[in-house]
Amino acid sequence: MTAATLDLSGTPATPFHRLVRVELRKSYDTRAGFWLLAVIGLLVLAAEVIVLAVVTTQDEAIAFGDFIGTAAFLTSFLLPVLGIMVLTSEWSQRTAMVTFALEPRRPLVIGAKALVGVLLTLATVAVSIVIGLVCNLLYGLIEGHVDWTFGWSDFAAFLITQVLAMLGGFALAALFLNTPAAIVVFFVYKWVLPGLFALGAALMGWFEALRPWIDFQSAQEVIWNMSGTGTEWAQLVVSGIIWLGLPLGFGTWRVLRAEVK
Amino acid sequence: MITVEGLTRKYGSFTAVDDVSFVCQPGRVTGFLGPNGAGKTTTMRVMVGLTPPTAGRVTIGGHLYNDIPNPGRHVGVLLDASAQHAGRTGREILELGARTMGLPAERIDEMLELVSLTPAEAKRRLRNYSLGMKQRLGIAHALLGDPSVLILDEPANGLDPAGIRWMRGLLKGYAERGGTVLLSSHLLNEVELIADEMILIGHGRIVAQGDKKSLLAGAHGTASTFVTALDNEALATALRTRGLTVASAGDGLRVEAEPVEIGRTAAENAIVLTDLRAAEGALEDLFLELTSETQREVLA
Amino acid sequence: MTTIPASGLGHSLDLSSTTPTPFGRLVRVELRKTRDTLAGFWLLLSTAILTALVMVIQLAVGITQDDVSLSYNSFLTSTSFSIAVLLPIIGIMLLTSEWSQRTAMVTFSLEPRRPNVIAAKLVVGLLLAVAAVVIALGLATVCNALYGVLSDDPTVWNASVAHTAAFVLLQVVGMLTGFAFAALLLNTPAAIVIYMVYSFVLPGLFELGAQLMDWFDSIRPWIDFNSAQSPLVDATMTGKDWSYFVVSGFIWLAVPLAVGLWRVLRAEVK
Repeated sequence: MTAATLDLSGTPATPFHRLVRVELRKSYDTRAGFWLLAVIGLLVLAAEVIVLAVVTTQDEAIAFGDFIGTAAFLTSFLLPVLGIMVLTSEWSQRTAMVTFALEPRRPLVIGAKALVGVLLTLATVAVSIVIGLVCNLLYGLIEGHVDWTFGWSDFAAFLITQVLAMLGGFALAALFLNTPAAIVVFFVYKWVLPGLFALGAALMGWFEALRPWIDFQSAQEVIWNMSGTGTEWAQLVVSGIIWLGLPLGFGTWRVLRAEVK
Repeated sequence: MITVEGLTRKYGSFTAVDDVSFVCQPGRVTGFLGPNGAGKTTTMRVMVGLTPPTAGRVTIGGHLYNDIPNPGRHVGVLLDASAQHAGRTGREILELGARTMGLPAERIDEMLELVSLTPAEAKRRLRNYSLGMKQRLGIAHALLGDPSVLILDEPANGLDPAGIRWMRGLLKGYAERGGTVLLSSHLLNEVELIADEMILIGHGRIVAQGDKKSLLAGAHGTASTFVTALDNEALATALRTRGLTVASAGDGLRVEAEPVEIGRTAAENAIVLTDLRAAEGALEDLFLELTSETQREVLA
Repeated sequence: MTTIPASGLGHSLDLSSTTPTPFGRLVRVELRKTRDTLAGFWLLLSTAILTALVMVIQLAVGITQDDVSLSYNSFLTSTSFSIAVLLPIIGIMLLTSEWSQRTAMVTFSLEPRRPNVIAAKLVVGLLLAVAAVVIALGLATVCNALYGVLSDDPTVWNASVAHTAAFVLLQVVGMLTGFAFAALLLNTPAAIVIYMVYSFVLPGLFELGAQLMDWFDSIRPWIDFNSAQSPLVDATMTGKDWSYFVVSGFIWLAVPLAVGLWRVLRAEVK
């Protein structure tokens, strides 16, 4: 058939779920991606086993929630790395050219990648809970008593904070579109900044008043106890806009306009 | 002179290069020809010491590559024109090479001029280069140290027709001055035009080697000729009466004979010829035949 | 027709007039590579800018807050938020960028003696560490002088040879640790993540383990390279501290560096 115009009537647009499935596959079909996911799982497992070994040999008391807390500690810096790599690897490996040629609606591609990050976070949370469950059961068998303290609110908080952590990495990745830069800035944000905030707050009164509104990490505490005041929730939202909303918005704007090389 | 002796390279159970031996003579351009994945690149990587061989060895002018001091001054290498930092300018890439080899800065300008990269182009970063520009830069990098041996992997890839003609002239001239050139390609036409000597490789093994003439002679006992006459039918009848095999092909005829014999037949029968030439594609047929999946043990 | 081949062209290569690439030339080329790309240039520049920025903030806080008194050394210590974080990243990128950008192919075909190339990179890392130290010392001097002029507190010039030497050692060790992780992994993101975990996450875990278990508490000084370096910050290293430093340094620096180098020397370069 030869025609001057392309007949597009029989071609539906690429459905979003198909993009998500493809992006999900991209996250584990390279050796680097596979190992990143495997390392997250293995590290959580190793950490839980070490915790179990320590508490049983030292006769310490531990609750189910403590196992989850251990996992949350590890995943809080591994998931952001995952969030970063989901986005930046398209640039460092120059696959963005192919990806955007097959789906020129870039916001959908970015959306699909963000969703993949969320899905992988959910999977990590699920794996962490199962590992924690098994470890707590083993603890019960060895020690003869078991503490299942871990409420639905804890579960929700675990889930939300991990998703926020992953999105934090994703936002930095969108801002920098460069793997090393995004990783370095993330770790500085995660491990260096709290110390500086604490120092500044201790030294200067005006900074101490300002700090809750700009310190996203400490603002997330409110998610864990769920009984925060309106001010605390407002602080979460404001600091979240600064550390998540702004980089994500600016970064996405950049990706949508950027010439893909 | 490059001497490859019994070279084998295995990756687990996969044999990329299987007992390959050949020699590249000085003063000649040797074409290394084979389909994608035949083992050309692996062989060349072993030559320059980037891949350790499983068995056998390669010497360049009697030395292992890793034993040559300041090897850039003796052997020019281009393995992958894209394997450069995307953030460096073309000029900076040559600058690094020149500094490593201890060459004066004028050499960079000479080379840029030789490969026709303008000063403005040389200031651009590699990520903004087209494939053809990267190839030119890579050739400039290989020639930087004024080496006597050149090893080029797919150098014509991405060059425009003018670029291929330019490279042919460059390499021929280089060989005429006594240099040794080995270049690989998966495109027969490219190699046919540039190379004096050809080495055909398929599935890691050498399937044929020699110059174009001897390869063709070895492959088919009889030559094939393409001919067009004002009266094709009369010519076909005349040729058949001489016992020749004739088939129609496009506007003319394809005959299993040397051109001289057809010319003679036409002259005897007073038939006017409009085109007479040895059939193209004979080498291509040979190439495909030698390197096909169901490759038979043919030729030495 | 007889053609007389040009000298040097022929069946065998005449190597008699070619000298091996001198090490000094390799070092100069490697040094150039650290700054001739936009990424490399900005990494170096942002290290310097961040160092200055942290000190200026510190100076501003010191001047405005009466209960804070600063000295030359406290300005120098602030580099733990700048140089200490970024210098190891420079060390990592020195090595891994050759792999991620695939330039190792060109580098090793121009100089097949890989140990020389790696050693040249290591020397470049040391030079950059020394340059960072010089910049930090200069900035600390300026900031402390300004502090003396602008604040009511007396200026304290508590600089000493021991302090300066310890500071140099600290930065060099930081750079080398990054370099060692890079050699081990030959992959930028992996090396950076591992380095960050090593320097920020591991100390907390060691602390926790030491509190819970006595046996771990007693072996910890021998395996915790981070805490072994802390006496260096105020130059109070004792003989025992030095033995902790050497043993833990062997584990975290020498072993990965050795395994990494062995890997680089044998690796097929793609």
